[in-house]
Amino acid sequence: MNDLSLWTLLLNAVIVNNFVLAMFLGICPFLGVSSHVKTALSMGAATSFVMIISSLCAYGINLALVAAGLEFLRLISYIVVIASAVQLVEMVLKKYSPALFRALGIYLPLITTNCAVLGLALLQTSRQYNFVQSLVYALGAGLGFTLALLLMAGLRERLQLASLPKISQGAGLSLILAGLLSLAFMGFGGMGGGGD
Amino acid sequence: MAQDIHPSDSLSFDTFVSGVWRENPVFVAVLGTCPTLAVTVNATNAFTMGAATTFVLVGSGILVSLLRKVVPKQVRIATYIVIIAAFVTVVDYVLHAISPPVYQAMGVFLQLIVVNCIILGRAEAYASRQPVGKTIVNSLGQGLGFTLALFCLGSVREILGSGTLFGISLFGPSFEPWVIMILPPGGFFVFGGWMLLFAWWKERQQRRLAEMQDSLGRVAHSHGG
Repeated sequence: MNDLSLWTLLLNAVIVNNFVLAMFLGICPFLGVSSHVKTALSMGAATSFVMIISSLCAYGINLALVAAGLEFLRLISYIVVIASAVQLVEMVLKKYSPALFRALGIYLPLITTNCAVLGLALLQTSRQYNFVQSLVYALGAGLGFTLALLLMAGLRERLQLASLPKISQGAGLSLILAGLLSLAFMGFGGMGGGGD
Repeated sequence: MAQDIHPSDSLSFDTFVSGVWRENPVFVAVLGTCPTLAVTVNATNAFTMGAATTFVLVGSGILVSLLRKVVPKQVRIATYIVIIAAFVTVVDYVLHAISPPVYQAMGVFLQLIVVNCIILGRAEAYASRQPVGKTIVNSLGQGLGFTLALFCLGSVREILGSGTLFGISLFGPSFEPWVIMILPPGGFFVFGGWMLLFAWWKERQQRRLAEMQDSLGRVAHSHGG
């Protein structure tokens, strides 16, 4: 897996193995923050930023832990780094864009428990990506997450104008929609390097 | 989830049952959706995931509950996460030693139990405020509810997607499996289907209740007249 070109890696993370629609990472914000396109976009940007920072830190930490023979501390140190990165984003947003800070609400601190972020750090470790590959992979994962969130938000904005049966107004219909999106993304399966 | 707390229920059995059914973490609270969708390609994986999560839930619940008067409020979330991560590391190493094939099938999602919102939610909303005994009962209930929900998805996906249940063939060789069910879209469809089913059931229950009250009211009215 280590000899992939960077472009293939990026394409793979954005489209072919989309974090949300093909790997089931980050479903909570995908269902929770996808009712408006604007909040979806800012949530995607915030998450991508956290992903890139935590991916870089995870790379460094992993090197240090392997050198010290302390691999069993990997999970704990990753989650601490991610929590700090989220705290950083929160402080920056609060200072420079209070409106956005309020719009994201509870979902901002919840990026810590977004499995897409921790999943990214764990996957890049288990696939032994080097520094540049990790960076590209994080970028791709962030873009893929934002793309999925945007598509879903667009669909749901349209859906608000449709008349629906009462039982399908909750999470049920969102999940079926996600299934259809996922089905569409499976069409990209032949492109890029087939991942796992 | 503040509304999950019922200070009034003193019966331990009640908090147990509510976790399994009335406050089911997956179908009612819609928490922990990532592992719910990702590992439920078959019933065996679903059970393993449920058991692993229950262990972490109970273990971290006990520790959080014991430490609830020691941990300062400002650093509580960080403390909970570190406690949870420690238990997940234990599960990760144990499962790797017991059954490498199942470990392989779980992949990254075994370690991702750390960020399962059910566990952090329980630590924050229940374990940090209640004594150890009640926490254990509540965590067991939530864990069982999670396992039940995973089994609901896993069994449907395995039966339709591979024609088997727990690896035992159900329909004989002539069955053509619905491959889509074990692929990612199948997970979304089955989960969505269950949610719609529960929504329909809840709505029907409410309608019946309303009809019953309506007819009772009419009877009372005709008597009065």
